[in-house]
Amino acid sequence: MRTQTTDKPVISLGATAGPVQRRLSMPMRYAMNALLVLAFLLVGNLLVDGGVITRYQTTVLEQVGIYIIMAVSLNVATGYLGQLPLGHAGFMSVGGYACAIFLMRLEPVFGVGARDFVTGSPAALALLVLALLFGGAVAAVCGIIIGVPALRLKGDYLAIITLGFAEIIRVVMQNVDAVLGFELTGGAKGLTGIPSYTNFVNTFAVVAVSLFVIHALMKSRHGRAILAIRDNEVAAEASGVNVTYYKTLAFVASAFFAGVGGGLYAGCVGVMAPAKFGFMKSIEILVMVVLGGMGSMIGSVLSATVLTILPEALRAFSDYRMVAYAVVLILVMIFRPQGLLGSYDFSLSRWVENALNGRLPWKDAPVAADPGDHDAKEANVHA
Amino acid sequence: MAQILSVKDLHVSYGAIKAVRGISFDINEGEIVSLIGANGAGKSTTLDTIAGLNRPEGGSISFKGEDIVGTRPHKIVERGLALCPEGRRVFTQMSVGENLAMGGYTRTDEENREQVERVYARFPRLKERVAQSAGTLSGGEQQMLAMGRALMSRPDLLMLDEPSMGLAPILVEEIFDIIKELNEQGTTILLVEQNASMALSIARRGYVLETGTISKTGTGAELLHDDDVRKAYLGG
Repeated sequence: MRTQTTDKPVISLGATAGPVQRRLSMPMRYAMNALLVLAFLLVGNLLVDGGVITRYQTTVLEQVGIYIIMAVSLNVATGYLGQLPLGHAGFMSVGGYACAIFLMRLEPVFGVGARDFVTGSPAALALLVLALLFGGAVAAVCGIIIGVPALRLKGDYLAIITLGFAEIIRVVMQNVDAVLGFELTGGAKGLTGIPSYTNFVNTFAVVAVSLFVIHALMKSRHGRAILAIRDNEVAAEASGVNVTYYKTLAFVASAFFAGVGGGLYAGCVGVMAPAKFGFMKSIEILVMVVLGGMGSMIGSVLSATVLTILPEALRAFSDYRMVAYAVVLILVMIFRPQGLLGSYDFSLSRWVENALNGRLPWKDAPVAADPGDHDAKEANVHA
Repeated sequence: MAQILSVKDLHVSYGAIKAVRGISFDINEGEIVSLIGANGAGKSTTLDTIAGLNRPEGGSISFKGEDIVGTRPHKIVERGLALCPEGRRVFTQMSVGENLAMGGYTRTDEENREQVERVYARFPRLKERVAQSAGTLSGGEQQMLAMGRALMSRPDLLMLDEPSMGLAPILVEEIFDIIKELNEQGTTILLVEQNASMALSIARRGYVLETGTISKTGTGAELLHDDDVRKAYLGG
């Protein structure tokens, strides 16, 4: 396997004492991760197409993907930025409605019918991508409108304002038709007839792209600024970080991906109804983040997966789901206050590097330099 | 000597509480100037306001001849004015190296590569602990890290807020030696301290702050031997 000594980092952040460490080159890392993602996609698609995974199970898988996007996007605002927004379902709702309405109105323009989403014609694909981006953009605009005033305040105001925002969205979606005088959202009965444009492959693709973009953002100089704000706002400000800008950036990014997730949700469920996006939905997403570990991407992914599949598996007892949530949260807060995975993040490249350097999980590993050891320990200050 | 910072009739309030009531002072290039005073005299408020973290109610602050009142903190750092805040405030969840990288946030890679070597030369212990999480450093090491971080932005004027706070006497001397050396190498320093004797002994000039106003000013040596100052701050 091709390896190289790493490019000279700007400021060496890891002690490189001892024998020369073999590092993977950046293209190698990207290629490896891309291969893994492709493998997952192909195997998953084969199982779905071959009927090994039933239609019902496929729908659950799509929902898993959607909630992964929701949890990971909320994690940007909660885990990385250190704020506590309580209205993530509001952004999901806005994005979902915007995406579905955009898509349904523009179907004739693109000459696309509901069936084309199943067969996957190029025009349908283009329309879908545009609609998802539109959903994300509308949610992001809402994020700016809420975030700019709320993020200037300290303390619990953001939680209160976002909580109020989600409720306002719910009421607006219910009543906007009466105000406008024509049918847009379908009011309380909901928006129906949304083509089922969400399938396993495009959900998987959107999840992969979202995770990559968020990961890349957090590893960049911008991500470091966001983490610095969480760690110590005054020090970040004194170090020259534009705190207002980066708080808004993280919050808006969080809203954008929630909007994209909402867009997929609309296509998966086929009906958008305001009542689905109440306060409890926001809390469910927050539970996923807290349970997985604030600031851990893999934690959000795993707990979103488990917490989406579990209620399906326990359908018979679904009335007790919220009780179970409460119990689980309390137990986690008592025994693992930092979340199940803390701030640990999975890195395929690190595993491979460790293996190349003779540190294998089944061998007695030499004591790691730092328990909080993250991915590449070099800071590309200007990435 | 050219003036680098000039504060005129500065007023700062926290709600109804007036923390700073019309103070004026200036700093020339290459000086060490100390602001001394008791708890609550308004020393830290003054520094925070100069750094842009507080908004003054009135008065002017000019840095290198330009008015910086209302300029955002990150822009002030870019202009060459760095604050090493009270209580050190290192990024506890980041490594020492990452802290220094944050300090050079407004600078280019090339500049940081050079500057970090200078910081390591000044604080060799930081180099030894580059991968260690900053929260696990001792108080003295955290103070060195906070100063190193502030130096990463290559300030023309470095403001130090209570660098000796909570440190063992031997470390206090080490920190003050470093401050003196930094100054000898060309960094102008504004020092805020409760440890008045140390602060005045290395300062060219000093100002005494009392409940938001300047009650006395003079050279470091004059204040050190001033009867009132001795009684109030130096234990007779």
